[in-house]
Amino acid sequence: MTDFPPPMGLILELTHRCPLQCPYCSNPLELERANAELPTETWMSVLDQAAEIGVLQVHFTGGEPLSRRDILELVAHAGAKGLYTNIITSGVTLDERMMGRLMGAGVDHIQLSFQDADPEANDMLGGSPGAFAKKRAAAERIRDAGLPLTVNFVIHRRNAGRVPQMIEMAEELGAERTEIAHVQYYGWGLRNRAALLPSRAQLENSTAVVEAARTRLSGRMVIDYVVPDYHAARPKACMGGWARRFINISPSGHAMPCHAAETLPGLSFPSVRENSLADIWNRSEAFLKFRGTDWMPEPCRSCARREIDWGGCRCQAFALLGDDHATDPACELSPDHGVMQAAVAESEEGQARFEFRKMRKEGLLF
Amino acid sequence: MSAAPRISAGHKLRFDQVRNAWVLLGPERAFMPDEPAVEILKLVDGERSTQAIAEDLAARFNAPLETIKADVDTMLADLAARGAIKL
Repeated sequence: MTDFPPPMGLILELTHRCPLQCPYCSNPLELERANAELPTETWMSVLDQAAEIGVLQVHFTGGEPLSRRDILELVAHAGAKGLYTNIITSGVTLDERMMGRLMGAGVDHIQLSFQDADPEANDMLGGSPGAFAKKRAAAERIRDAGLPLTVNFVIHRRNAGRVPQMIEMAEELGAERTEIAHVQYYGWGLRNRAALLPSRAQLENSTAVVEAARTRLSGRMVIDYVVPDYHAARPKACMGGWARRFINISPSGHAMPCHAAETLPGLSFPSVRENSLADIWNRSEAFLKFRGTDWMPEPCRSCARREIDWGGCRCQAFALLGDDHATDPACELSPDHGVMQAAVAESEEGQARFEFRKMRKEGLLF
Repeated sequence: MSAAPRISAGHKLRFDQVRNAWVLLGPERAFMPDEPAVEILKLVDGERSTQAIAEDLAARFNAPLETIKADVDTMLADLAARGAIKL
């Protein structure tokens, strides 16, 4: 058997610990604890193997990756192996000293998240007073250090009207790149869907704002735009297709094609403690299960777009339909496409409140 | 266009042994330039003008300068629009 083309990116969820509590967090509802996290030497070995099998970029994320005490060591090690290093951070602990140390470690890029362009709304959403001011300061530090700056805003029904102010703020901060990313409804986002899902009018408005800004800022700032599946006619090629481009590793070392894959039933995800990355990528049952098109039922199997969207998202099919082989209901060719409209209708009632992400208290059942 | 283009901050052109190919890496993106694009990118150093780059390539590949210059401009403008090159 010839090996599959190598993965492009490695996503390391170093920890689920985070100073913020955003209700759309993409981490699982069952957050992993600090004492379950991989030790430094295992992450180092993962980085060595990643470089060997052809990974090009490493994304250090979490939780808050700067919460890991070995973050500098890991960044430096990845860089020494020729890997492009990207840190995805909330920025609230990115002080002067940490910035200097990250530069010393040779970090290539930092992506800084904001919850809103409005300070009060930002701090409320992250559940952390003062976070906005710290993030602004972090943005300036990143620029002053000479690194390119990516700012990320996550969009939902409560802030969709402020996309113009977000883009304005990104310009003012001197960002080279801005992500205007609608919430993806997995994990905490799915739990809070009724409170977060924007209306079609809100989505169309944000799309128009982004398109106009792209034209105006061409050559100065790149805007990446991510839409929610719920108003779509065709599904997204989730992660560029199952196990085609990325390996995601959870804090405790489970390797998955995406960060939400542990929600799928009956799949066991290989641990990097016991398996090589090459074996995981080329031979593990979990990575092979939905790779390519052989697993597909109709209407995907005979669809002209089957190698464009790869059947959409397996986690979404399972979460919404209870069937991990089904066509992603985001597709209007899915017989179950109606569940998307039902969710939109539910959120348009506008009654729902959201639940902040949190670790479950030990010893407490609910 | 005769200014000296450079590779944008946060972007790196490097040879990948595993794919046996050049890659241009940037923030959450990776470009896989084709062979002519690689030859152009190798000459992008923030000092050479697009004219100088085109002259170098035209001489080395024994091709008409005007055609090469047009290719260089098109390729670099495309990458500039995507943020990978500063013109």
